[in-house]
Amino acid sequence: MIDIIKFNLNDKEISYTGSASARLLDFLRDEKKMTGTKCGCKEGECGACCVIIDGKTVNSCLVAMGSIHGASIITIEGYSKTERFETLSKAFESVSAIQCGFCMPGMLLSSECILDGNPKPSETIVREGLSGNLCRCTGYNSIVKAVLKASEKGGGLW
Amino acid sequence: MNNISSSIPKIDHLEKANGSAIYVCDYDTDDMLHGRLLRSSIAKGIVRNVRIPELPDGYFYVDSTDIPGKNQVHMIQDDTPVFTNDVQFIGEPIGMLVGPDLKKVGSLLSETQVEYENLAPVFDARGSEDIFFDFNIEKGDVEAAFAHADRIIEGSFETGLQEHIYLETNGMIGKFQDGKMIIHGSLQCPYYVHGALVDATALTHENVIVKQDVTGGGFGGKEDFPSALACQVAIAAFKADGKSVRVVFEREEDIIATSKRHPSYCDYKLSVKDGKVTGMVSDIIVDAGAYTTMSMVVLQRATIGSSGVYNIENIKVRGRAPKTNTVPNGAFRGFGGPQVFFAIEMMMTHVAKELGVDSAEFKLKHIVQQGDLTSTSGKYHFPVPLKQMAAKVLKESDYFKKQKQYKNQTGRYRKGIGFSLVFHGAGFTGNGERDIIKAVAHLKKLKDGRVEILTANTDMGQGLATTFTKIVSKTLDLPPEKIIFSLPDTSRVPNSGPTVASRSIMVVGELLRRAAIRLKDEWIEGEEQLIEQRYEHPSFMIAFDAVNFKGDAYPTYSWQATVVETTIDTLTGGISIDNVWGSFDVGTPIDESIVIGQMEGGIIQSLGYAIMEKCTIYNGAINNKKLCDYIIPTAPDFPNMNVYLYVDEYPEGPFGAKGAGEMSHVGGAPAVLDAIQNALGTKLSKIPFMPEDVLDILREEKLDD
Ligand code: FES
Ligand code: FES
Repeated sequence: MIDIIKFNLNDKEISYTGSASARLLDFLRDEKKMTGTKCGCKEGECGACCVIIDGKTVNSCLVAMGSIHGASIITIEGYSKTERFETLSKAFESVSAIQCGFCMPGMLLSSECILDGNPKPSETIVREGLSGNLCRCTGYNSIVKAVLKASEKGGGLW
Repeated sequence: MNNISSSIPKIDHLEKANGSAIYVCDYDTDDMLHGRLLRSSIAKGIVRNVRIPELPDGYFYVDSTDIPGKNQVHMIQDDTPVFTNDVQFIGEPIGMLVGPDLKKVGSLLSETQVEYENLAPVFDARGSEDIFFDFNIEKGDVEAAFAHADRIIEGSFETGLQEHIYLETNGMIGKFQDGKMIIHGSLQCPYYVHGALVDATALTHENVIVKQDVTGGGFGGKEDFPSALACQVAIAAFKADGKSVRVVFEREEDIIATSKRHPSYCDYKLSVKDGKVTGMVSDIIVDAGAYTTMSMVVLQRATIGSSGVYNIENIKVRGRAPKTNTVPNGAFRGFGGPQVFFAIEMMMTHVAKELGVDSAEFKLKHIVQQGDLTSTSGKYHFPVPLKQMAAKVLKESDYFKKQKQYKNQTGRYRKGIGFSLVFHGAGFTGNGERDIIKAVAHLKKLKDGRVEILTANTDMGQGLATTFTKIVSKTLDLPPEKIIFSLPDTSRVPNSGPTVASRSIMVVGELLRRAAIRLKDEWIEGEEQLIEQRYEHPSFMIAFDAVNFKGDAYPTYSWQATVVETTIDTLTGGISIDNVWGSFDVGTPIDESIVIGQMEGGIIQSLGYAIMEKCTIYNGAINNKKLCDYIIPTAPDFPNMNVYLYVDEYPEGPFGAKGAGEMSHVGGAPAVLDAIQNALGTKLSKIPFMPEDVLDILREEKLDD
């Protein structure tokens, strides 16, 4: 039994003593007031809640607090302070890829993981990599374009 | 292209990218109360008794007895109750439980019991005797056309429910303080909500304030529905001792209880003489659900659009919206258009097949031209560029060659290519702008030379904050940074009308342009100035008679030509989209990237509507209420889309712009179904068309062999 769950959140060490079965999504939004992580379904279907845990995107609505001991977590609040975010965000901006924006924190984190795993991805790889993130507004075309553009402009960032 | 079209960074880009934008679900709720709605579990009956468990301190319940004003949500007609005692559909709100802890509210709700007197519900729209609306159009002499026809060809078409799945569910926060009711949340039409609140709360206009929060998608789903939720939250707020009451729906609740696209049943008869369609009789039924909400206007658009883009001289159309005991169907991008354009487009391909001619050529031979009469005997006042637009997509897709090549395939994978032509009437139907909306827009110049846009129009993702800013900035010759656009607040902005019907740019954008011209003329350095601009009805319009459906239903139209190429896997029934080509005329795009985004987003919704999104109702209960069984398109589902913008400038719109947002949802479904027809060598007439439907057809084909 772990009484204290320790993990790293956006480069800060956190000790958590609450319920181990609580959802990471609720911890982030309700306790930490980090509302950049969105909730679109609470069932692992939409990707609006995704965060990066140890380098991989995970839907935080399906993550129990008990399972993140020792993990390193990045949310949009942390990621948006990085140079990679700057580049990615500029690429999204250049094709007006953000409409209502509700999917976007998750979308940007998934895009980051695609580029992190493959700095020069093909269109198919990008589309597959975004398959867990629903967007009802854009039709995905502009998002895919933006990720490819970031990969082009990113010069050594990924 | 006009240089206003070159794109600028969207003004709300960064806050949405970095997650700092505050949507209604993002407010700190530590000092708020949470509300959850008690919903009916039966489709029709009288509420006899509600047994609420004992409520802890700080928790309370509200229902129809707590409403100071009318127990009606003011929309077009006011038949939707705020809280019901006379249940008309499963999921209808009866009351609301409120308290400081959301989980506790949930558990109290699950212990609450409702006793009903059950009544017999009606679920089949075609069998319903309760008809909310019944519209008729007659033009020319249909009897004569049919009497002289070489052939009369019939067809019946069906379309299903479609759920909006805006990624942010509905939510509203309300607070009653110092005699004022302040409501904010996810919504498209602040003054619709305001009007409904005035009636339900019995407060004065000034004492009701509605503000839009950053809104995570609408597509029509936040046009009428938020008025109901706002009233419910307001009634609870009266009892909350000055605290805010918040309701944010879970996804399942949003799917069960909010409006959807009307399912439709359309029967057509076309008369043909010498290879040309001479007459049309159509019977359009859209299932309204339990209350009227937006059905009147959806049905108007459907009835008027049922002859599609074709010049058919003699027509007789009947459109009806029967009541059923299901969740009310309301506004959804395209607003009755996707249903009837699907029907007429398929019908035209069926007729072509019967006549043994190429369906694309057959369609092109019938399209309307400038000066022709519309279905309502109004006029197409402006050029109709469909021929050029069709030529573009037919050529780029190599349509004619492929279409022939794809006939009579036999292997496991069969390809198909399909084509559709559609329009969308820009703005409100008929005289709505002149007689009902009477839009007013303000421009306020501040002392420091910045200019604020004051309108009631909302940005729900479609980019209005940026496009309105561009219109004003360009007209005043000021950089966009000098223009202020805030989300609307009814205590600050005039009523420029709702954000619906692809009207915002064309109508309100033009008011802003005119206001900006005046401001430029009257500009006084260092002084505060306010310019008010009021709507003027275009003088060329033939007044619309909404009883007999005669006259100009719309000032102008946006046009779309679409080609879709598919591959069918005959083993699994899988339908994949290989390529999409779309040409769109929405007048001058106020921002090219934004318009392209609207076109792409709409196409993918219409492809989802056609081949993925299936929502069924059994005994009044929705079966597909989660995102795992109501499937919308994901990034790998569809390929890159080829979008071409054709510009025919509309002289009454700002810089030549007309309506854009909705049309792209109209053309995709008939094009993809036509492609599947091509692949399978058959005639199709219903959507959603799913893999199991492919397999059914192949089975029949085998039986026929
Ligand atoms: S909220 Fe977690 S996947 Fe939708
Ligand atoms: S931008 Fe609205 S859901 Fe993606």
